[in-house]
Amino acid sequence: MKLQAGLLAVVLAGSLVACGDSGGGAGDADAAAKARGPISIWYSNNAEEVAWGKQMVTAWNAGHADQKITAQEIPTGKSSEEVIGAAITAGNAPCLIFNTSPASVSQFQKQGGLVPLDSFSDGKSYIEDRSGDVAQQYKSADGKYYQLPWKSNPVMIFYNKKAFAKAGIDTTNPPLKTYDEFLATSRKVVASKAAKFAIYPAPSNEFFQSWFDFYPLYAAETGGKQLVADGKSTFASDEGKKVAGFWRTMYADKLASQEKYTGDAFVDGTAAMAVVGPWAIATYKGKVDWGVVPVPTSSGKPANEIHTFSDAKNVAMYSACKNRGTAWDVLKFATSQDQDGKFLAATGQMPLRKDVATTYADYFAKNPDYKVFADQASRTVEVPNVPNSITIWQTFRDAYSKSVIFGQQDPGEALDGAAQKVDQLVKQS
Amino acid sequence: MRRGPLTRVLGEHPVGTAFVTPYVVFLAAVFAYPLGFAVYMSFHDYFFAAPGAIVDRPFVGFDNYVTVLTDPAIRRAFGNVLIFLVINVPLTVVLSLGLANALNAAIRWRTFFRVSYYVPYVTASVAVVGVWLFLFNSNGLVNSVLGPLAPDPSWLVNSRLAMPTVAIYVTWKQLGFFILLYLAALQNVSKDLYEAASMDGAGRWKSFLNVTVPGVRPATTLVVLVATVTGANLFTEPYLLTGGGGPDGASASPVLIMYQRGIEQGHPDVGSAIGVLLVIGVLLLALIERKFVGREED
Repeated sequence: MKLQAGLLAVVLAGSLVACGDSGGGAGDADAAAKARGPISIWYSNNAEEVAWGKQMVTAWNAGHADQKITAQEIPTGKSSEEVIGAAITAGNAPCLIFNTSPASVSQFQKQGGLVPLDSFSDGKSYIEDRSGDVAQQYKSADGKYYQLPWKSNPVMIFYNKKAFAKAGIDTTNPPLKTYDEFLATSRKVVASKAAKFAIYPAPSNEFFQSWFDFYPLYAAETGGKQLVADGKSTFASDEGKKVAGFWRTMYADKLASQEKYTGDAFVDGTAAMAVVGPWAIATYKGKVDWGVVPVPTSSGKPANEIHTFSDAKNVAMYSACKNRGTAWDVLKFATSQDQDGKFLAATGQMPLRKDVATTYADYFAKNPDYKVFADQASRTVEVPNVPNSITIWQTFRDAYSKSVIFGQQDPGEALDGAAQKVDQLVKQS
Repeated sequence: MRRGPLTRVLGEHPVGTAFVTPYVVFLAAVFAYPLGFAVYMSFHDYFFAAPGAIVDRPFVGFDNYVTVLTDPAIRRAFGNVLIFLVINVPLTVVLSLGLANALNAAIRWRTFFRVSYYVPYVTASVAVVGVWLFLFNSNGLVNSVLGPLAPDPSWLVNSRLAMPTVAIYVTWKQLGFFILLYLAALQNVSKDLYEAASMDGAGRWKSFLNVTVPGVRPATTLVVLVATVTGANLFTEPYLLTGGGGPDGASASPVLIMYQRGIEQGHPDVGSAIGVLLVIGVLLLALIERKFVGREED
């Protein structure tokens, strides 16, 4: 009996050892930085981005028979961040992922999963030359770049012209600049039954939902402040409380819904407005006659002063990559002026480059709908690149959800409480 | 008698041991190892890292458990799952036994009804959740029927009603499986007992109470334990129905919080501590249930 128990123990210990072994190392980083050969990449599964990705890979492979790219859509999972996190742990992440969320970069960095792009001699200069001042927001706490700022989807207020017309609201210059105007317009929409709700941000509790209700308005109200700056939360300020108060009124007056919506409330006509970036234009084609304006501020700032959330996705290089020399070359090729132009044409999303509007003037002349986004792209605010980033956003969301969406606490009090917790989280870094 | 070397290694019944070995290995790989590793993680400052990455994961004693026990959101999630179980388990037993008893009788459309109750169980949650959202949102069918009696805020965004609504949804979705368990158990209840009860003048209700209920007691024990264990693992339903445990965490479950802390936020050590506490809680609950529900078998 003892011997059988011993055998069982050996089996258990064996499985522990087998599973606990972390496998091979990442290899010599310097040698890897120079190494060239085949690489793999993942891109988003959005149809337009897939089309761009395929042509980019074909173009690269045609000229680099010995350094071919194998590309695939990011594997399906609950979210791309979880898939990437799992791939880092398993050691089978590809060299480049053209869908890296800036909010997850600090976590991936802590996991040892990312290659600092500054480790390439022209890494820092390439990023800063391409993106300009915007690049600073993507630096990590150690001052290095672990992501290349790639593309943004500056979120703005889309409105349904048909619904606005039905409510008797000007469809070319709707009164949506100040909070008071926005509330009055919303009340008109709902009272006239032009739509059941004025606007329908997702009221659910996922950490990222604040990027599409509170954060764009907070960026606008503060002239471009991040949620956390200089190691401290910023949102429990007068500006933050004004934004929270505005949204509280929207929910309390039933101009926005507390209930989860399955589908697209804007496309379905349930809501007359939406907070969304230019990626959605393709979705609205033939379904909604829309107009677009910047997010409101309490004082009605002019459009050219308004900041908003970037909703960016970036490219990062993963430490499992063996041929990092090739990966760096591919990264530069895929984010060159030519490829960025092709990306803009295929997806309508804004490359995170300096002077997008002038660089691709022809595109914007042919597609005037997108011009306003190009202008807005120069004034975007990213999520803060700090450790514990997702925990910080979830802490914020919990407080926001409880007070602003469900009215179970005073919003100002809730923001003060969340700020204390967030400050603790920032200190832990 | 002198034992041979094979007998010493494999025991008195080597064939039996050989049959059991694959299962032991399976258990070790998919149950014992993850459980042991989760306990290890819960006592360390642990996070997932890339192979070869040099990271420090010091022993932190009960720190992760202190984090769990002092976090109001996690405490609330444990409270929520208790509310869930208090509604879900008795309702499951009563409804599945009652329906199985009815479906066991010679009624018309019996197969149709059996299939109807089983379909939700085999349908993906994602698909049926849409129907429930349609039924229970503020303009849904249920509120249309209730009219002025409809709750405000509505079911799934009402902090008092969100968890009971989730519990009722899960009860309905899983009913088909438990009905099957009872239908199997009902085949083993001797018809003689019903005849004897009838001879003694017992009506349908008395026969049900005095013959059926005791006759299916082993199945009831199983139903209670399985419903408790699956209920404690609640995740998909609050995630899909209430958008991540809303409103204000009123429908968050420990597994949902475990996922948020462990996977989304990159703190698998805290997630493991939640998991270990959940396992201990479920074991205690199962022991108590076994003592009360299964007492006549002992």
